[in-house]
Amino acid sequence: MSLVHKKAGEVQRMLNEKDKVFQNLHGFQEPFIEGALKRGSWSNTKEILSKDQNDIIELVKSSQLRGRGGAGFSTGLKWSFMPKNTGKQHYLVVNADESEPGTCKDREIIRNDPHTLVEGCLIASYAIQATKCYIYIRGEYHHEYVQLEKAIEEAYERGFIGKNSCGSGFDFDLYVHRGAGAYICGEETALLESLEGKKGQPRLKPPFPAGVGLYGMPTTINNVESIAVVPTILRKGPDWFKSIGAENNTGTKIFCISGNVNKPCTIEEEMGIPLKELVEKHCDGVEGGWDNLKAIVPGGSSTPMLPKNICESVLMNFDDLKANGSGLGTAGVIVVNKNNDIAEVIERFAHFYKHESCGQCTPCREGTGWMHRMMQRLVRGEISPEQIELLENVTKQVEGHTICALGDAAAWPIQGLIKNFKSELISKYNKKLKAS
Amino acid sequence: MSSNHPGLSNNFSRSGEKFSWSKDNLRSIKNIISKYPKGREQSAVMPLLYLAQEQNNNWISIECIETIAETLNMPKIRVTEVASFYSMYNTRPVGENLVQICRTSPCWLRGSNKITKTICKETKCEINDTSDDNKFTVVEVECLGACSNGPMIQINNDFFEDLDEESTKKIIDNIKEGKPNVIGSQKGRRSSENA
Repeated sequence: MSLVHKKAGEVQRMLNEKDKVFQNLHGFQEPFIEGALKRGSWSNTKEILSKDQNDIIELVKSSQLRGRGGAGFSTGLKWSFMPKNTGKQHYLVVNADESEPGTCKDREIIRNDPHTLVEGCLIASYAIQATKCYIYIRGEYHHEYVQLEKAIEEAYERGFIGKNSCGSGFDFDLYVHRGAGAYICGEETALLESLEGKKGQPRLKPPFPAGVGLYGMPTTINNVESIAVVPTILRKGPDWFKSIGAENNTGTKIFCISGNVNKPCTIEEEMGIPLKELVEKHCDGVEGGWDNLKAIVPGGSSTPMLPKNICESVLMNFDDLKANGSGLGTAGVIVVNKNNDIAEVIERFAHFYKHESCGQCTPCREGTGWMHRMMQRLVRGEISPEQIELLENVTKQVEGHTICALGDAAAWPIQGLIKNFKSELISKYNKKLKAS
Repeated sequence: MSSNHPGLSNNFSRSGEKFSWSKDNLRSIKNIISKYPKGREQSAVMPLLYLAQEQNNNWISIECIETIAETLNMPKIRVTEVASFYSMYNTRPVGENLVQICRTSPCWLRGSNKITKTICKETKCEINDTSDDNKFTVVEVECLGACSNGPMIQINNDFFEDLDEESTKKIIDNIKEGKPNVIGSQKGRRSSENA
């Protein structure tokens, strides 16, 4: 691991402009075909599609691209799970149901650089022998949906997709399906259910989607960002991608920083940029200064928070965050300063999970409601040290006991709060006790 | 958030009027169904619910559900199930402007409570209420996915971001006066760049 040489406080590195995959992340250039062509999209797609499908999978594997949707699984490896030459209809499904609190990266790709995604869909579909692809976009992203539809229309008009895509002989169709306000549909099998016109309730696995997916056919589900970086990886080569970041934590990454920073923003940076540098350099620091920092949620609401001492030096990549008791998740960085009640931040997450539980599994359906009620009391200083322990205990009974990871996601933020701020929660109780 | 939220209530009701597809929508439906494999027409239920809602003044009546079920050859209960599961299908009439205020932590950390107060005051609505003149329905919702631009709200299809009390009041005033609003950042940001 080459993590050591980039620990925070040493030479500050800035991702080279030319190494950014998303040259129009903020929409200052034309988002559509004219701009996309200038940025290099569609430049040699035919040549890429002339490669053997397995070679493309191998190239993506060797780039060490890990899924950008939260789990961080190797994208190339995922593709290699797809059966070959089955004679069945294969599907690629792109998860654009971006709903994890703190996350707003796919939105910028879709509205400002949609052709990176459209081209990525074509190439990824070719690699897994899928002639049809659905992009499932969250319902609230109406403007983004319109942008995406326009980009797809342009790609059809130019012959980039459709029959004989880019003159490659590969026939490919791309459709957009709108969600309607259910976080759970970001879970891949719930998404498939939703796409089939049902309630978005996760399926039991196995069978896995690669075997039995959409309409019972072999299916791969990938995040928007994972798919949208593929054309650039194939153009510049896996070695280029690997030269950015560290071993097994390669490439560039879009980070969304929200909460108590002076200038919240969404930014593409090197995977593994120190968290402190991300906040100080790109967001002009914490509101009230670094010393006013309370904690940071590094990867969207599901990832446990990090206390200030870890924020000083942790690197924003999969492995270092995991080693520090959290995770990169979706890279939605939520900064909390001392002016806010950290317990209420988590209480609001608990409310979110209660609201978004699909109701299928009892531990999650009942547990998220119970945990939220306890969190409300905790915010008011009404739960005793024993009850805090009970709460922690219950989070562990929800975690790992549900069909999908929503139960885990609801448990982890509360566990993170208790782990890092237990004494503070207890003194809150004692204070309230004294006052009454 | 109580079940009073129009998208979360399971109390469907009849409008009392027959619902039949407009000519334009009949054309759209053909196109929508063609996106999905033969025999999988049920996949079109979500897009058809959107179409019905749009045609029916932004809510789904039992008549809408019956028409969709007939169009897609689905049992009514399956359509109802979908309409009640997803929060963006309103099961009762809402005002001309459905104002959704993001209440989740990233927006809350940047003052969403103040935005809620301002909106309730300016629209004379409590949360989940519709104003007397039917101009506004105000609801609180979970994360809308524009966290680097919080606090933010969504009014019908449009996002309004980087809000403070003053800009929020202005947006509501403009709607009341029939004036156009600038969509997106209210602080002049192009999108979510550092600025």
